[in-house]
Amino acid sequence: MHEMSLAESVREIVDDTARANGARRVAAVRLEIGKLAQVEIDAMRFAFDVVMRGSLAERARLEIVQTDGSAWCMRCSQPVALARRGDACPLCGTYQLQVTGGERMRVMDMEIE
Amino acid sequence: MCLTCGCGSDEVHVEAVPDVHTHTHADGTVHSHAHDHGHEHGHAHTGADAAASGMTSPRLVQVERDLLAKNDAIAQRNRNWLAQHGIFAVNLVSSPGSGKTTLLVKTIELLAGRVPVAVIEGDQQTTFDADRIRATGAPAIQINTGKGCHLDAAMVETALARLAPEPDSVLMIENVGNLVCPAGFDLGEAHKVVVLSVTEGEDKPLKYPDMFHAASLMLLNKIDLLPYLRFDLQRCIADARRVNPAIEVLQVSATTGQGLDEWLAWIERGASAARRQPPRDAAALQRRVAELEAQLARLQAR
Repeated sequence: MHEMSLAESVREIVDDTARANGARRVAAVRLEIGKLAQVEIDAMRFAFDVVMRGSLAERARLEIVQTDGSAWCMRCSQPVALARRGDACPLCGTYQLQVTGGERMRVMDMEIE
Repeated sequence: MCLTCGCGSDEVHVEAVPDVHTHTHADGTVHSHAHDHGHEHGHAHTGADAAASGMTSPRLVQVERDLLAKNDAIAQRNRNWLAQHGIFAVNLVSSPGSGKTTLLVKTIELLAGRVPVAVIEGDQQTTFDADRIRATGAPAIQINTGKGCHLDAAMVETALARLAPEPDSVLMIENVGNLVCPAGFDLGEAHKVVVLSVTEGEDKPLKYPDMFHAASLMLLNKIDLLPYLRFDLQRCIADARRVNPAIEVLQVSATTGQGLDEWLAWIERGASAARRQPPRDAAALQRRVAELEAQLARLQAR
């Protein structure tokens, strides 16, 4: 949700980093969006295109890496994959899980010129 | 939203604290803590123009910055401010019509004389809810988000500065009625509490997992209506525990008062844990005396 305001955060981060590194142009931006994060990827792409207009990252290539959800299974005592919230442990079927990954939304890196 | 320079949505409005009781605050200026916009006007790189060399080779720059970092930083500032003042803050979330405000009114009435409560209200429009809270005698401030669907940390920071809740009190933040968006926005609270009324159906925890995952406590409200409904109580609780194994569940009725004792006990445990330690040196004790004198002056002025 709120892909537009998230894209504005991306623009701020991109602008800051470009300025700090003396970039004239941003060729690519790579985002990490966890599969458990509340973000719709297509909406994010659309928002990015709109928000980057007029910036150093206008027409930059947007790469989105979707990281898998993961959790610690308290019964198996080991890390397991988690496709969606509310899913059971793929190994033992319990819901006693502690989410450990897949919730993050970050700018990972940028290609600048 | 940043009140000082006006950046952010023009539609967000945090009401000025109304002078309902014809008293003035002992310290006329509002608690205001350092307002950092988080705009980094960093050092300008007007240095060597890469184009002058005729070659600009692309290079990769590591960033690793969270998209919600700005909200989270303000939320942490709120959290620190609340901790310094010994205030226990709860973010109440739910669909519209679950009974949050009625529950809050009842809670305030029952906590009278036990622990002071202040409320931050969030709605798209109107001050209806803040008015209802103020009618109980508790201080409240309304945030109108305009088109916005959730409260964020910046709005709460502004509201905190105007509301100026007492030290060692309880702060209830009643979020905009919405089972989706508020889940993703840290306000600086100690806990999110999700209110689900039994008229909404037992399938909500699985349909809106992010919200039930984010909450520490689920208040199942309007249980006095259970005899008139086909509500699968056990399934609702089991499903909430699927998306959040650690979630606590309390069954309550704001209108009949059923189950409220346990809810009040939950609040009082949190409030007592948040309370500041008694002053350990003369300077801290003097500050505490000054705070108490200010509180007394406000009470006497009513």
